[in-house]
Amino acid sequence: MLFTSLKFVLFIVVLFVLYYTVAKHDQWPLLLVASLVFYYMQDYRFLLFIVITAVTAYILAIATENFAARRKAYLKEHKSEMDDTKKKKYKNTTKRVQALYLAIALLINLGILATTKYTNFIIENINALRSEPLSFANLIVPMGISFYTFQTVSYSIDVSRGTVKAQRNFWKFLLFVSFFPQLVQGPISRYGDLSQTLYEEHKFNYKEVSLGYIRILWGYFKKLVIADRLVVALKVLVSDSEMYQGGFVFIVMMLYAAQLYCDFTGGIDITIGIAQILGIKMAENFNLPYFSKNIKDYWNRWHITMGSWFTDYIFYPLSVSPTILKLSKWSRQHLGNAIGKRIPVYVACFCVWLTTGIWHGAAWHFVVWGLMNFAVIMISQELEPLYAKFHAKFGLKEKAGYKVFEIVRTFFLMSSLKLFDCYRDAGLTFKMFATMFYKPGFGSLGSSELLNLGLTSSDYIVAGIAIVIVFLVSLYKALKGRELREFLFEKYPLFLVACTVLVIVIAVFGAYGVGFDASQFIYNQF
Amino acid sequence: MEDLIEILKDLHADVDYDTCETLIDDKILDSFDIVSIVSEVDDKFDVAIPAKELIPENFNSAKALWALIERLMED
Repeated sequence: MLFTSLKFVLFIVVLFVLYYTVAKHDQWPLLLVASLVFYYMQDYRFLLFIVITAVTAYILAIATENFAARRKAYLKEHKSEMDDTKKKKYKNTTKRVQALYLAIALLINLGILATTKYTNFIIENINALRSEPLSFANLIVPMGISFYTFQTVSYSIDVSRGTVKAQRNFWKFLLFVSFFPQLVQGPISRYGDLSQTLYEEHKFNYKEVSLGYIRILWGYFKKLVIADRLVVALKVLVSDSEMYQGGFVFIVMMLYAAQLYCDFTGGIDITIGIAQILGIKMAENFNLPYFSKNIKDYWNRWHITMGSWFTDYIFYPLSVSPTILKLSKWSRQHLGNAIGKRIPVYVACFCVWLTTGIWHGAAWHFVVWGLMNFAVIMISQELEPLYAKFHAKFGLKEKAGYKVFEIVRTFFLMSSLKLFDCYRDAGLTFKMFATMFYKPGFGSLGSSELLNLGLTSSDYIVAGIAIVIVFLVSLYKALKGRELREFLFEKYPLFLVACTVLVIVIAVFGAYGVGFDASQFIYNQF
Repeated sequence: MEDLIEILKDLHADVDYDTCETLIDDKILDSFDIVSIVSEVDDKFDVAIPAKELIPENFNSAKALWALIERLMED
C-alpha cells in the first residue's frame, strides 16, 4: 500500500474517523491495530520480523532495568559493609552483566538487519573472487527494517544507560516499533520523544488537525507534482551513460537534487502530518538543507534523525572509548599534540561515514559515497583555520553576497555527491562527473534533447513553477523563522484557499496516468 | 576550572566562558569540539567522560562541564 495510492488515503480517512470516535483510552490500541494491518498489507511475512525485534528488545530492556534496580538496592543495603574498592569491584562486575544484556539485544536485532540486507552483497563479493559462484540467498527484506531496527537499538541503549525507563506494556512497545507512518522512510524516532504523545489520550484539536492536513497536502504536492514527474527524465538520463554525458550529467545533478529533496521531504511531511492530525508529535527530519553553509551544516539539516542517531550511538561512544583515548594519548606522545588531538575525531568520523554508507544500501557505491562525505568533512575541518583567517582579512563572514556564495557552493558540492546514488556505480560516477569538465557540450543542449527524455514541455513548465513555489516557501521559513502554513492558519480564509488550491493542483498536475507511475519513496529502499 | 577554561579557549578563543550558558543550544560547540574536550579532559584531569554523559545539559556552560568533571572524579 503506497502512500500515494487511493487505498492509503482511504485507510487514513477511516483511521482518522475511528480515532476520534472510539473511547480515548482505546486510541493507542487502535493505532497498533492499524499499524499491524498496514504492515500485513505490505507482506504478511514482514510481521514475523518486526515482532521478533520487538519481543527481544522488550524482554531484554526489562531484564536490564530489573537488574539495575537490584544492583542499586544491594549497594544501598550493604553500604556500611563495603569500602570503596569493594564497591568499585561490585560495580564493575554488575556493569558487565548489564552490558551482556545489551549485547544480546543488539546482536539479535542488528543481526536480523545484517542478514536480510547484506547476505547477498557478501555472496556477490565472494563470487567475484571464486571461479565457482555461490548461489544467492532468497531472502525477504522487510519494509522499513533499517528504520525500526535503529529505533529499537536506540531504545535498548537508552534503557541500558538509564536515560529512559523500560516500557512494561508489550503492546505499547510494539506500537513504538511498528507505528505505521514511520515504517515507510522514517524519521528514526527516539522512545523518549515519541512515547510522550504516542500513548496519550487525544482530543480533537482543530489547529493541529488543520496544520497536519495542509502538511500532508504539501507532502503530496512535492512528491506527485515534482518528484514523480522528474523521475521519468532521470531514468532516461542515467540509463544510457554513453549518450548522456557532459552537460546532461549537470542536468542529472540538478534534477536529482530536486527530485530527492521533494521525494524525501515530501514523504516526511506526509508522515509527520499524519501523526499531527492524530495528535502525535514526531521528530523533525529536515531544516532547510539546501540553505546550508557547509557540509557539516548540511548534515545537521538533512535527515536529522539519522545524523543524530549516528552521533549519539556510534560517533560519541567510539570517540570516547578507552581504546581510542589511549590511542590519542599515544599519538600525542609520539606524533605530537596536533595529531593526537585529532585522532579520536578522525577515527570515529571514519567509522560513522563507513556505516552511514553501508546503512544506505548493500553496494560499493554507497560505501564510496559515505567515504567521500568523510573526506570532504575532514578537508573542511582542516581548512577551517585558513577560512577563519581569510574571513577575518576580507571581512566576508557577515556579507550577504558571501553567505549566498557559501549556500550555492554547498548545494553544488552535495548535489555532486548525490550522483553516486544516480549512477549506482562508483567508477561510472567519477567518469560521468569528469565528462562535465572535459566534454561539457552545454551549447548543444537544446529543447529537442530535453523533450526526448519522456517529459513534455508542459511537464517542464509545471515542474519548474512547482520548484519555484517550494523554494519560495523555504525562503519564507529561512527569513521569518517559522513555517508558512502557521502564518496561513492565522489568516484563516487564506488557509482554506491554500488547501483548496493544493488539492486541485495535486489532482490536476500530479504525475500519474499514462507515462507516469506513482512510485515508492526513494528512502523506502533503505 | 582554570585548566578547563584553557581547554575551551583553545577551541574557540572568542567565547566568554564565564557567562555563556548556551554553548550547545547556540551551536558554539559541535560534536567534534565535544570529542576534543573529552580527550583533553581525560589527558589533563585523568577523568573519563562516558558517552551517556555527552548530553547538552553537561556541555552548555563551562560551569556545568566542571560540575560533571567533579562528579566523575568523586565516583
